[in-house]
Amino acid sequence: MSTPKPIDKISGVETTGHEWDGITELNKPLPQWWLWVLYACIVWAIGYWIVYPAWPGIHCYTRGLWGYSQRQTVNDSIVAAHAAQGKFYDAVAKSDLATIQKTPDLLTFTNAGGRIAFATNCASCHGRGAQGGIGYPNLSDDDWLWGGKLDDIAKTLTIGIRGPNPDTRTSQMPRFGLDKLLEPTQINAAAEYVLSLSNSSHDAEAAGRGKQLFADNCAACHGSDGKGKQDVGSPNLTDAIWLYGGRKEDIVRSIETGRGGVMPTWGGRLDPVTIKMLAVYVHSLGGGQ
Amino acid sequence: MPVINRSEEAVAASDGFAALGGLAALALGAVMAVQTADPVMRFHAILFLVAAALATGTIVLHAFGPDWAAPASVSLVLQTPSGVYSDGVIRAGLIATVFWGVAGFLIGDILAWQLAYPALNLDLPWTNFGRLRPVHTSAVVFAFGGNALIMTSFYVVQRTCRARLAGNWAPWFVFWGYQLFLVMAATGYLLGVTQGKEYAEPEWYVDIWLTIVWVVYLLVFLGTIWRRQEPHIYVANWFYLAFIVTVAMLHIVNNIAVPIQWTSTKSYQIYSGVQDAMTQWWYGHNAVGFFLTAGFLAMMYYFIPKRVERPVYSYRLSIVHFWSLIFLYIWAGPHHLHYTALPDWAQTLGMTFSIMLWMPSWGGMINGLMTLSGAWDKLRTDPVVRLMVVSVAFYGMSTFEGPVMSIKAVNSLSHYTDWTIGHVHSGALGWVGMVSFGAIYCLTPWLWHRRGLYSMWLVEWHFWLATIGILLYITSMWVAGITQGLMWRAYDALGFLQYSFAETVDAMHWPYVIRAVGGLLFLLGGLIMVYNVWRTILGHQCGDLAEQPRVAAAPELRGALVPAE
Repeated sequence: MSTPKPIDKISGVETTGHEWDGITELNKPLPQWWLWVLYACIVWAIGYWIVYPAWPGIHCYTRGLWGYSQRQTVNDSIVAAHAAQGKFYDAVAKSDLATIQKTPDLLTFTNAGGRIAFATNCASCHGRGAQGGIGYPNLSDDDWLWGGKLDDIAKTLTIGIRGPNPDTRTSQMPRFGLDKLLEPTQINAAAEYVLSLSNSSHDAEAAGRGKQLFADNCAACHGSDGKGKQDVGSPNLTDAIWLYGGRKEDIVRSIETGRGGVMPTWGGRLDPVTIKMLAVYVHSLGGGQ
Repeated sequence: MPVINRSEEAVAASDGFAALGGLAALALGAVMAVQTADPVMRFHAILFLVAAALATGTIVLHAFGPDWAAPASVSLVLQTPSGVYSDGVIRAGLIATVFWGVAGFLIGDILAWQLAYPALNLDLPWTNFGRLRPVHTSAVVFAFGGNALIMTSFYVVQRTCRARLAGNWAPWFVFWGYQLFLVMAATGYLLGVTQGKEYAEPEWYVDIWLTIVWVVYLLVFLGTIWRRQEPHIYVANWFYLAFIVTVAMLHIVNNIAVPIQWTSTKSYQIYSGVQDAMTQWWYGHNAVGFFLTAGFLAMMYYFIPKRVERPVYSYRLSIVHFWSLIFLYIWAGPHHLHYTALPDWAQTLGMTFSIMLWMPSWGGMINGLMTLSGAWDKLRTDPVVRLMVVSVAFYGMSTFEGPVMSIKAVNSLSHYTDWTIGHVHSGALGWVGMVSFGAIYCLTPWLWHRRGLYSMWLVEWHFWLATIGILLYITSMWVAGITQGLMWRAYDALGFLQYSFAETVDAMHWPYVIRAVGGLLFLLGGLIMVYNVWRTILGHQCGDLAEQPRVAAAPELRGALVPAE
């Protein structure tokens, strides 16, 4: 026979009769709604196990009545996505760049695909609007280092600039100062002459001395008029566009330490259709030739 | 009250063993410091050596030194009024909890600002996000949460068993050993030493040290239960025991690794590929389940009924939800790996067990909240009760959100987004943080023999700053997470992705700023707590003692506050 349990005065419910450091416990049943929701969750789980893959054995597992497979679902949706784009995708793969540009449907498709491919792969260096930055060319103007025709852009994308591809574009600005090819006073004079090419404010006397230095050291790549050559990627020095800055100290630094930015080799990393889409998209940004 | 009489031989033997252990640790630290070529290993060996030297010195002075060396009056930390219970180690634990809590909140908020303004990474290796993030997570989970659990478990198990803590030096070894683990872990992260497993970043030698400390912790806890003067074991102790035992198992299994040399910090896991991922999330999820849920439910089961002076709502519910919780939780880990290389069947089990876990989790919420029946007015009058009750409400919210997020269809949107971060913080700041604050505000006057807290008004401030901070945090992360998830899966009419990844990062800026502001409010609340706890320890009073409930006073002082009948 158990002794009667103490009753909690406020709730009128009996306690379990135990006490720990003044704490007691009411002898209340489980809340019914709690219990029924717990049962419902268990029933639902059992139902889920019946229709979906669930319990492992030694060599296999229960496949479930609905035959679900995550891998199969992924494969199916990739196939479906390709099928939905297939008509345009295949046409882009077969067409040359000029044809794509002339065909409105394909141009719409490549511009949409090129936009997101650019945002994902190119914007981190060239900027979200392709406006470039120090060391990264602006792709929305008509000043091109390596050519702004559709095929030039596609080629630059495919082989990269100073990248790992064996055909990559390799030429670079020498380190005239670091390699002691020119004295500091000569570099200063050459920089003043370069400033004079774009009608920037300059020291005429020093620029005069720089003229011969330019002809001897710089004209081979930048041209005797300083307008640059696209076959070696040398920039035009007579305009107001400067990849590494157009202030005197920027130009001096370029001559001293040389320059040679790197563009990744996208051939092999992006599929040929995406490279085509990027070429057409970049060409359309405003500066395509 | 039980009085433990230890024979002089037993005390001498315990001192002797402790001193020998200290000397062995000293020797190990010296050998490692000399032998290793790894600068971080050498730093840690010297740290270990210094800790061992201090410990050995303390033991020897205490056992064999003159009377002045016995630190009875040395600090507020060590004074033990009744002499029945071991409370010194709990006082130390409370101070450590408060310290690590504020440190962890501070680093967390720095990281939140770094995410909004990446320049705050300062371009230094030690201050970048990648190294500071594990310092934050370990500081809040293991340092703040772990110290809160160890110190409250030592308090609760003694009171509810009416027995002094087992072991003479052992509880102090658990406390200081655990702090040494934390310092070695955190300094390792800052210096770039990590095994790269989330919430299990410490390298092999730090893991071994934690294993030793944790086993001693288990022995102290079990030994105290063993010598209990009560016929039954109180529910809080079931939860503490489940926490201690399961964390030991999780920690050991997930950290089985082979060091490349015994003098090197670097090791390799024995698991690889998807097995490694599964083991890691079996560990990671159950760290949430048994460290942050079971352990803090234990805290709730003691401090809520104690503070509101009402019986626990339902004994039966506590049994059923305890066993269902610990049985179901251990299966739920695979929901962290939905839509990965993990096999379909494992994903199914992880998801279905997470759904079944919903009610067992809510059992704790019902028992916590309904214990207030007959005392709901205390929500209005006692901000300490309010902290704990709002904590249980956040517990209920996040243990509902968790099963929802484990459903594959929801997870396909929420996974890898900041929604997960928000979910974790509604549990961590709301549940774990606030129930710990409640316990700290209860314990400070109880442990330091005070009539009440320095200021209840400051507790009010802490409560509101923390609550508003958490709400800003989780709502901004809901917005951020759902925005991210929707942006990632958006396609245009031609089947191309609508947004690049960088654009989705850009869209996070303002939610990140709001989150950082929320974190700042939470941190400010923590700083207010530091001030309030410190003034209480010093015995100061700001003048609102009359408004504090009777239970705010230390148990031995409560009688004096109420007139005799």
